[in-house]
Amino acid sequence: MYRQTEIIKDASQPGIEGDMVINVGPQHPATHGVLHLVITLNGETIKKVEPHLGYIHRSIEKMCESLSYRQFIYVTSRMDYLSAHINNHACALCVEKGLQVEIPPRAQVIRILMDELTRIASHELWWGAMAMDLGAFTPFFHAFRERETINDIMEDTCGARLTMNYIVPGGVMADLHPDFQKKTKEFIQLYKRKIHEYDELVTGNIIFQNRMKGIGYLSPEDAVSYGCTGPTARGSGVSSDIRKLYPYEIYDKLEFDEVLESAGDSFARYMIRIGEMQQSIRIIEQLIDNIPEGDFQAKTKAVLKLPKGEYYSRVETARGELGVYIVSENGTTPYRIKFRSPGFSNLSVLDHIARGSKLGDLVAMMGTLDLVIPDIDR
Amino acid sequence: MFIVKYIKDVWNAVRSLLKGMRRTGYYFTHHKEIITQQYPDNKDTLHLPERFKGEVVMLHDENNEHLCTGCTACELACPNATIKIITKFDITPDGKKKKAIDKFVYHLELCTMCNLCIIACPTDAIKMAQTFEHSVFDRSELTKILNKPGSKIKEGVE
Repeated sequence: MYRQTEIIKDASQPGIEGDMVINVGPQHPATHGVLHLVITLNGETIKKVEPHLGYIHRSIEKMCESLSYRQFIYVTSRMDYLSAHINNHACALCVEKGLQVEIPPRAQVIRILMDELTRIASHELWWGAMAMDLGAFTPFFHAFRERETINDIMEDTCGARLTMNYIVPGGVMADLHPDFQKKTKEFIQLYKRKIHEYDELVTGNIIFQNRMKGIGYLSPEDAVSYGCTGPTARGSGVSSDIRKLYPYEIYDKLEFDEVLESAGDSFARYMIRIGEMQQSIRIIEQLIDNIPEGDFQAKTKAVLKLPKGEYYSRVETARGELGVYIVSENGTTPYRIKFRSPGFSNLSVLDHIARGSKLGDLVAMMGTLDLVIPDIDR
Repeated sequence: MFIVKYIKDVWNAVRSLLKGMRRTGYYFTHHKEIITQQYPDNKDTLHLPERFKGEVVMLHDENNEHLCTGCTACELACPNATIKIITKFDITPDGKKKKAIDKFVYHLELCTMCNLCIIACPTDAIKMAQTFEHSVFDRSELTKILNKPGSKIKEGVE
């Protein structure tokens, strides 16, 4: 199709004649979400992408080992800060598995409602940020207009906008705010009124489609072998929704579809996330009028002690499967905690899908992988 | 039929761009819905939800009495060692020694507003305030002593 040009000849390293190595990011180590990509180019064609990690490594796993089972949950909000609520949920599920507590139905419904609201908020931000990566500035504000409504709902009930720390082992920290149902219904109305603007502005746009279709192809086999989960794997047609495969809470009683696309390119991954927002709205609509009465928290002991053993729980965050693995030695703090974060596996596939494509398309590919760097580095 | 397909593609492309521009034009002409908050100017009318987690404060009533018994439940619940309680022994009128707080030291610079101390408190002596403008000129100003000078524990709180 195109002629590969050789622009730079590095005399000191004769082995890589014609290659140019450029560094993409970070602008400043103190910025949020810093990812350093070392890209080997031949002309404009990518030969290799090497992600360099560790700029915001905070050793969260090690930190958790010195915190009690109630305390360590708040730290996990700082991993994948866009789905902070779902991270807390995963940790609470794992602790509850060890404690063998029964969660009241009201708490389960509240958790799922908050999870799905978080998922929509996360996908809204992804949509705006990805369009901005591709050079469209307006969608960012359209996305934030709706996301702001969710943040207000969160602020009312949880007391914070991003790092909520609302879920505790045994239930949730506080009951729902009296305005919660009203505001959520208003949000659903607003969302349904505005969602067609997303398609008008971005999805149907010919420039956007040409930059997405056929770019960054990921075959189902590679998606499985690289350990991709979430929308990245589902864009290649791999069924990987934890809510369907290993249902937790009351997801098995709810009606929703697992969104699947078979194309495997960037546009398929884009459409997955747009479809997931609709499914989340569907789940919220089913639950919002049917919140059971009762306690919002099960009775637990003041000091939690997990019996000796190993516990693993997984949830579906906005980016894929988040696994929490706790080794307990019958103490008040975990002996070892391991987080299986979706972002790390999804990043590892970047080199594979980027090889052979143009440098300008790398941004589109990174955008559709939906990378949240604190989730990768932890 | 290449030329027909070509023209069709061009037409669809132009139509998709016009569709997006129509939406932009709509908001350009219908700017009644202003969602931007003019933050420093709207300070008087700014309303934060009552559950908003800004900073930990200790409640005092009009007699300068608080509810804190110095049980250190909040200190134990805090993941970051934000709270340090220094206790002393008061001599009650009938000659007995009674434990009371001397200083309730709160390090705002370490606090992550996780709300765990509030739910741990058995007497509801502390709560989250809705303040959010925490910037100061010197770091030492962030270390606060929450009990007011001269305050004592309310009668009957154990």
